[in-house]
Amino acid sequence: MIELPLPSLGADMEKGTLLEWRVHPGDAVAKGDIVAVVDTTKAALDVESWQSGTVHELLLEPGQTVPVGTPMLTLLDPGEVAPPARSRPEAAAPQAPPTPAGIPVATAPSPATVGGAAGRATRHPVSPAARRRAAELGIDPAGLHGTGPSGAVTLKDVEASVAPPAPAADRTAAIRAAVAAAMARSKREVPHYYLTDDVPLGRATQWLQRTNLDRPIKERLLPAALYVRAVACAAVNHPAMNGLLVAGEFRPSTTVNVGMAISLRGGGVVAPAIRAAESKSLVEVMQALSDLVGRARAGRLRRNELADPTITITNLGDNSVTAVHGVIYMPQVAMIGFGTVRERPWVVDGKLVAMPVITTTLAADHRVSDGHAGARFMAEVAARLQRPEEL
Amino acid sequence: MDEHELRATLVSLLQRVAPEVEPGTLDPRLPLREQVDLDSMDFLNFLISVHERLGVDIPEADYGRLRCLDDLVAYLRPGVGAA
Repeated sequence: MIELPLPSLGADMEKGTLLEWRVHPGDAVAKGDIVAVVDTTKAALDVESWQSGTVHELLLEPGQTVPVGTPMLTLLDPGEVAPPARSRPEAAAPQAPPTPAGIPVATAPSPATVGGAAGRATRHPVSPAARRRAAELGIDPAGLHGTGPSGAVTLKDVEASVAPPAPAADRTAAIRAAVAAAMARSKREVPHYYLTDDVPLGRATQWLQRTNLDRPIKERLLPAALYVRAVACAAVNHPAMNGLLVAGEFRPSTTVNVGMAISLRGGGVVAPAIRAAESKSLVEVMQALSDLVGRARAGRLRRNELADPTITITNLGDNSVTAVHGVIYMPQVAMIGFGTVRERPWVVDGKLVAMPVITTTLAADHRVSDGHAGARFMAEVAARLQRPEEL
Repeated sequence: MDEHELRATLVSLLQRVAPEVEPGTLDPRLPLREQVDLDSMDFLNFLISVHERLGVDIPEADYGRLRCLDDLVAYLRPGVGAA
């Protein structure tokens, strides 16, 4: 039997709230199938199974908030015979499933349950989550009125027996708190250094206009797709910009998963990844970008998308700012900022011309790289933006 | 489709990318991006939905002419047969 614990859905995530199950006991599950939707402070995320098997028991109920690492469900290996379900009412004293160290789960029956065994057979079943919560609260779940299937006592019934349900968390405030925690930590711990460059985009702008002229509206490209490709291709040659710094050790990444900072309506920002952007075409990057923005704003990102980025881009080019100096998303080590494209006086071959120019910035972690390495990386980003047809 | 329907359609498509938009509060002569928090991805998605709903082609070169609701109505009216 395999236990699937609640995965970490982002570097700063400590707990999650189950919103809904996408599987039922008895369902066959393949690796990669979505088994549940979990609410984090940032978004509702799909949780995928990383094992194949048959769903045996669901250990949580919608509405329950648990720490990362808490078992969510159990899977049977192919051919494995199901052991007795833990939710059977005649099962022995409430027994919490094994949990990683440090996650407190009450295991001892409360005084109220002692001596209650005689009447238990005639009482209604109690779900595992309800049983665990009742043990935490020190109440006898078998004595409660059940509202679940066949009168089963559910987590909701247990919670309702002690206190009125807490008001639904204010999503915007929660996202603000998550951003505040992550950014405060980064500013406290990461020795940022900052570089700024002005990059002429005359060729890129003309190339985009020509390219989009021939394309149906659904296949047209935005400049942001060029930025993603330029950064991803340059990062391949500058591994000190692309990877994760974990426990004092920098691990360069073999792929470039470009996080895109996406502002949410009503406030807050998330930065899900366009995976392996170094090997995607411009059109694929544009489609991924459009898909991510839509799902981020609808609050529907997948688990790995928030956990995966190895480098992040923030593009504030829609609001007339010249430059944005990013705050690095730990444990990443670099953030590249793009400002607004504007026509500026520019000298080409000794002549003054009006040129579309963008200000690019790099915020990088000085523990991993130095200004010189950062400057070489930014020079390659700039050079690649001069050859848009190769992006 | 008459002009009234065209306006209502545009506002409902705008609400898809910007759910906070309230129909009565939009000034049809003020630039949309001054009244609604739209980035270039939102604006593109809005125009894609306009194209899909109304079947009117909108070349990228024309985006700059489509600043406010009145601009959009004037631009799209011939294509949808509105008087």
